[in-house]
Amino acid sequence: MADGGMLPAWMTERPGGFEPGGPDRAVRQSALARTLLGLGRLARDTIYSEKVAARPGLMQGVDPRVKVAGVLVLLLLASLLRHWYLVLGLYLVSVAMAAAASIPAWFFMKRVWMFIPLFAAVIALPSIFNVVRDGDPLWVIWDFGGEVRLGPWSLGTSLAITQQGVRGAVMLVLRVAASVSLGVLLALTTRWNELLRALRVFHVPRLFVLILSMTYRYIFLLLAMATEMFTARASRMVGPASPREDRRFLAAGMGALLGKSHALSEEVYAAMVSRGFDGEPVTASRFRTAAADWVWLASTATLALSLLAGDRIIG
Amino acid sequence: MHIPDGYISPQTAGGLWALVVPAWYAAGYKVRRTLDARQAPLIAIGAAFTFIIMMFNIPLPGGTTGHAVGGTIVAIVIGPWAAVIAVSVALAIQALFFGDGGILALGANCFNIGFILPVTGYLTYRLIARGAAEGSARRWIAAGVGGWTGLNLAALLTAVVFGLQGELYTAADGSALYSPYGLATAIPAMMVPHLAVAGVVEAVMTSLVYIFLQRTNPALLQNYKTARAGGESRFELRPLIIGLALLLVCTPIGLLATGTAWGEWGADEVADEVGYVPEGMDRYAGAWTGLLPDYGFPAGEEGESLGEGAAETAGVVSVDAARKSAPAYLVSGVVGLALASVAALLSARFLFRGRQEGNRG
Repeated sequence: MADGGMLPAWMTERPGGFEPGGPDRAVRQSALARTLLGLGRLARDTIYSEKVAARPGLMQGVDPRVKVAGVLVLLLLASLLRHWYLVLGLYLVSVAMAAAASIPAWFFMKRVWMFIPLFAAVIALPSIFNVVRDGDPLWVIWDFGGEVRLGPWSLGTSLAITQQGVRGAVMLVLRVAASVSLGVLLALTTRWNELLRALRVFHVPRLFVLILSMTYRYIFLLLAMATEMFTARASRMVGPASPREDRRFLAAGMGALLGKSHALSEEVYAAMVSRGFDGEPVTASRFRTAAADWVWLASTATLALSLLAGDRIIG
Repeated sequence: MHIPDGYISPQTAGGLWALVVPAWYAAGYKVRRTLDARQAPLIAIGAAFTFIIMMFNIPLPGGTTGHAVGGTIVAIVIGPWAAVIAVSVALAIQALFFGDGGILALGANCFNIGFILPVTGYLTYRLIARGAAEGSARRWIAAGVGGWTGLNLAALLTAVVFGLQGELYTAADGSALYSPYGLATAIPAMMVPHLAVAGVVEAVMTSLVYIFLQRTNPALLQNYKTARAGGESRFELRPLIIGLALLLVCTPIGLLATGTAWGEWGADEVADEVGYVPEGMDRYAGAWTGLLPDYGFPAGEEGESLGEGAAETAGVVSVDAARKSAPAYLVSGVVGLALASVAALLSARFLFRGRQEGNRG
């Protein structure tokens, strides 16, 4: 019998993105496959970061309140410094901290640089040219030999890369990288429930913290629901779906998820009330700081102050 | 549209925190009145829903994918105020646990995406759907237009925040300290793709979800209405919004006025008019320079910035300086209006609370 002789051609065509052996190539995948991959990656990353946070390490040992305060100080510093090499120094400090937290350096850098700072570089790229942002030419690419006008706009007399433009772009990328690095470091070295409890110290309202912690838990329940929905759909599909069909399915998925979420919230509320919840959350956590925490905070603050002072003295 | 840390100055980030905290306060107050203890699970699960659907890849023409925010549909189902908290919580979790969106910039993201998006999306929906039957086409069209409007207003605000960095923060040598583009570049660069693509994705998905719910779960679309009916004060936003819109339209008129507003003299002007500077005024002059001194952008390190001309000549504003500081003036107007409207909202809420409790007792 000829291959697929009994079936119409569209039925034997594979749905995009589910080819064996190639799930990590995001380019030629259907939206459905990409969503499934994204959902899976989120679950994997979360489990991994909880594992890292549970390891013994310098950063993991610090009291979460102290750690949040310290990271906030460093983040503020990252956006206050005016010299790119100092920001680079701060970034390297964050990498050293990650190493002290026994996070593999390659993994940490990949996690930080993939996407957000790279995207910042793409965004900043046009600003290095004199046609976009004026400045002293560093490298003249093309001398027009006279002023070129484009309707009401003047393009100047040459196309050049400017000193100021390059400095600004480097500054943006480094600032973003240092900030993301510090944020990822905090997320990777702190267990989520401790991070939430630490927020109480910063006078985040109790109800807000309760909602945050409930949300965090339910994200994974909804994640499982969505994954099941998409897996069920993917396993029933014969032939590729059109983008239009995919959009309809995704919208129906969102609607169904919204309905389920709402029903769930009613049940959760009933369960909470039956256990004595009256609208005021009660927390039982007590943190205890050790001398080491204060040493950590003091050294972070000293580092921040000296970098900032250096920044201002250099001018 | 999430602003990561590093793109905006700490001053801007702080300013937006100052705007979003009262918005949260208002939302919390409102939600407490309508939902009681039920609010916690509803908002939490609404936030988890927002978080998850931001991960859904929607196929776009041309083989790429985008994602929806879903702020408007959440606002329609759980109410705009609960949605403000839910979307903010989702953003906070993305920033704190997944490093997506800045931590210092969280205030800015929550104001744009968490507050402006669901509230304006919902108001647009209400405006268009007013009086339409439950299963009618006008309702899902209204939901779609609401999604488009909310997303684009949020994007516009984000673009203004980006653009201000390029205008305001420059190092001594003229290089950018934060996001390098001015308003004239940032606004079109942000708005063209949002008006044409992201806004359309949001509109289509909001409408499709709405249609799905109309067919399969119409009670869910009535959810907020039912909750509201359960004894709640009717606080009319419309007069406030119309007034603010009028004010905004009138803001450019200020550019034509010259001289100083009555009662807002600086020390030097008082000296000109009265002949001497009162001692107290001399002592406190300069203690508070305001967010945008002289309604222009603050001068940079070397006085290279835009507000310079206006600040120096105090009163005698050259045409060139006036033209240069016009965007700064307009932004000042918008920032001032935003602050004033938040203050008005809060005070109205307090007055209203007093009246309502009086009625009950």
